[in-house]
Amino acid sequence: MKTVRSMTTPRPGRLAAGVAAVALASTMLTGAAGAAENGKFRIGIVTFLSGPAAGPFGIPSANAAKAIVEGLNKGALPAPYNTKGINGAEIEAVIIDEAGGATKQVEEFRNLVQRQKVDAVVGYISSGDCLAIAPVAEELKALTVFYDCGTSRLFNDDSKPKYAFRTGLDAAVDNIGAARYLAATKPNITKIAGIQQNYAWGQDSWSDFTLALAQTMPKVKVVENQMPKVFQGQYGAEISALSVKKPEVVHSSFWGGDMEAFVLQANARGLLDDATVVLTCGESALDRFKDQAPNGTIIGGRGPFGAFAPQNALNTWFVKAYTDTYSMAPTYPATKMAQAILGLKAAAEKAGASAGTVPVMDAIADAFKGSTFESVSGTVKMDRADGHQALQPISYGTYKYDPKTGKATIENVITFSGECVTPPDGTASDAWIKAGFPGAKCN
Amino acid sequence: MLSFLAVLIDGTIYASWLFLVAAGLTVIYGVMRILNMAHGSFYAIGAYAAASAIGWYFADGTGSAGVSFLILIGAALVAGLVVGTLVERGLLRFMYGRDETLMVIITYALLLILEDAMKIVFGVNPYFAYQPYTALGRSTIAGLKVSNYDLVLIGIAVAVGLALWGWLERTNLGKILRAVIHDREVARAMGVNVRRMFTLTFLIGTTLGALAGALTAPSISVVPGIGVEVIVLAFAVVVVGGMGSIEGAAVGALLLGLSRAAAVHFAPQFELFVIYGVMSLVLAIRPQGLFGRTLVRKI
Repeated sequence: MKTVRSMTTPRPGRLAAGVAAVALASTMLTGAAGAAENGKFRIGIVTFLSGPAAGPFGIPSANAAKAIVEGLNKGALPAPYNTKGINGAEIEAVIIDEAGGATKQVEEFRNLVQRQKVDAVVGYISSGDCLAIAPVAEELKALTVFYDCGTSRLFNDDSKPKYAFRTGLDAAVDNIGAARYLAATKPNITKIAGIQQNYAWGQDSWSDFTLALAQTMPKVKVVENQMPKVFQGQYGAEISALSVKKPEVVHSSFWGGDMEAFVLQANARGLLDDATVVLTCGESALDRFKDQAPNGTIIGGRGPFGAFAPQNALNTWFVKAYTDTYSMAPTYPATKMAQAILGLKAAAEKAGASAGTVPVMDAIADAFKGSTFESVSGTVKMDRADGHQALQPISYGTYKYDPKTGKATIENVITFSGECVTPPDGTASDAWIKAGFPGAKCN
Repeated sequence: MLSFLAVLIDGTIYASWLFLVAAGLTVIYGVMRILNMAHGSFYAIGAYAAASAIGWYFADGTGSAGVSFLILIGAALVAGLVVGTLVERGLLRFMYGRDETLMVIITYALLLILEDAMKIVFGVNPYFAYQPYTALGRSTIAGLKVSNYDLVLIGIAVAVGLALWGWLERTNLGKILRAVIHDREVARAMGVNVRRMFTLTFLIGTTLGALAGALTAPSISVVPGIGVEVIVLAFAVVVVGGMGSIEGAAVGALLLGLSRAAAVHFAPQFELFVIYGVMSLVLAIRPQGLFGRTLVRKI
C-alpha cells in the first residue's frame, strides 16, 4: 500500500521539491536568455566531450576554446586580436557535447540558437553532424562555423550558404596532400595498401587517396585495402592480410584509439618494418606514439595545424597558453578550434558595429564571406564555396622520436599550397582529381 | 598457402580474445540467469585499471615484463572483485528472482552508470600501456610475423577455459553450482545457500570480464566506450555457443574467430557482418545455440 500511495500521491515534501526544481530550471533558462541580451557575445561550442572522439579531438578542442576565450576576454592575444572580447563585448562560451548522433545535435543546435540565444555556434567534428546542421543553420539564420568536420559534401551541392562557414579543410585535401607527399618523397614505390574505418570518413578518404595517387604515381599498384568496423580495436587479421601482400606503403585515415591500436599492433607484428605507414590524422597522437611508431612514419595534421603550425606570434601565444594550462602541446583539433574562434572575431569586428556592442548575425556573415584573417596557422582565406570555405596549405612530414627526451618531432616537412590541393570553386573534388588537377598551382 | 596459415593463426588469436571476453558473461548467465549487459563495463574497468597500473609501474622508464604481467593480473583481480562486490551487494542482491527481462534493463542501466563513472574516475584521454605487449617480442611462423603476447593470450584462454571446466566438473563446489544451474529450487531445498552461490558466481564473472580487459589493454588504446563495443561480440559468442555453456563459448569463439579471419583474408567486404551472419545461421539451425539445452518452461 505504501508503494502504491507513493506512486500515485506525491508527498508534500516531494511536491515542494518538484516545484522548486521547476522554478530553478525556469530561473536558469531565463538567466541564460538574458545573458546574451546583456552585452555578452555568447558562442555555442559543440565538440565531443564523451565517446571515443572525446580524448583525441573533443577535449583538446574544448580546452583550446577555453584558452582562446579567456585570452581574448583579457585582451592578452597578440595583434591583430589584442582588443578585449569580440568587438569589445565579453565572450561567453557555452560548451556542449557533440555525442549522440545527428538528430540529437539538431535538437541541441536549435536549443543553442533559440533558447540560449547564442550569437554564433562554433563546432562539429563529425561529418554527419555537419551535414545535418548546415541546412538548419540556414533555416534559423544562425551564424555557424564548422571547425573540423571533413566531408567534401558540405558545400558541394547547389545550396547557397549564407550563415554556414568552414574554417578547416576537407578530407579530399588531406588525401591529395598525402598522394603528393608520397610522389615527392617515395617516387620509386610500386605497391601500396590501405586500412580505413568502415564508414563514410574511411571510404571517402580511401577513394580520394587512390584517385589522387593514380594521378601523382600512376605506376603504383594498390594491392590491398582493409575496412574494419570503426572502434574495432583488434587488427591482427587485417595486419596479416596486409603483410602477405608485402606493400611498401600503407595508407590509413584511422583516428583516435583505432589509429593508436593499429600502429602498436602493426609495429609488434613487423608490418611497419617493411612498409611505411601514412597516417593522415597522425599528428593528433604525436605525444602518445612514443617508440611504437617507427621513425619515418608519414604524419599529417589535416592542414597547417598542431605541430605543423607555423612560427608566428599568435601561435607562440596559443601554444604557451595551452601548454601552461593543460601541460601538453595543442594538437591539430585544438589549433582548428582556435582558428575558428579567431575567424569569428575577425569577421565580427569587421562587421562595423559600434564598439562594445554585439553585431547582428547578418552583418557578421557578410563580413565573414570571402574574408582573409590571421590565425594561429597563418593566413586564412575564405576563398572556396563562394567565400564560405577556408583555403589553406596542407603539410606532411615524418615522425621522429627521441628516446632520451621522450619527445617526438616531425621532420622532412613539405607544405603544399592551398591552390595545389584544393579544387577551384564549383568543381567537385573527385572530378578535379580525375581530370588531373587542372589549374593547380603548386609551389 | 600463407593466407590459409594466417587465417588459422589470426582466427585462433581472435577466438582466444573472444573467449576471454565472453567467459564471464556465460558463467553469470548459466548460474544466475542474468544477461549481464554491464559485462562490457567490467571489461573496460579491468582495462583502465591495468593501463593505469602499468603506466604507474613504467613511469620512470624502467620495469620488467614479468612483473608487468603480474601487475596486469593483479589489477584485474582487484578491479573485478571490488567493483563486482559493490554491484552485487549494493544492487543485484535486491533483484534476485526477478524476471530475466527486468534484469536486462537493470544491468543496462548499470552499464550506463558505470560508463559515466569511468569518465569521472579515469577521464576521457586515451591510456597507452604497451610495454607488456612489446616486451615479449615476436615469432615468425612460416614467414608470418606474430606477436608473442598474442600467442601467450591463446595459452591464457585455454588455461581459463580448462580451469572453469575443471572447477564446474571436478570439484564439490562445482557440483553444487551445477545443481543450482539445473534447478535452484531443489538445490535450495537440499540445503544449498543459493544466494551465496550467486555472489560467488557474480564475482567470478566480473573478475573474468576485468581480466579480459586487463589482458587486452596493452595492445590497444584504452578509451571511453571500449566496453560497449565488446559487449555485442560477447553476446554473439555466448548465443552461438549456447547461453551458459563454457564449452559452447569456447567453440563459439573459435567458430566466429576463424570465420572473421577468413573473411578478412578472402572476402574483406563481408568482414563487417560475418560474425552476425554465422550467428544467424547457427540460430536458424539450433535456436538454443550449439551447446545450449532446450529448457522446459514452468507454467
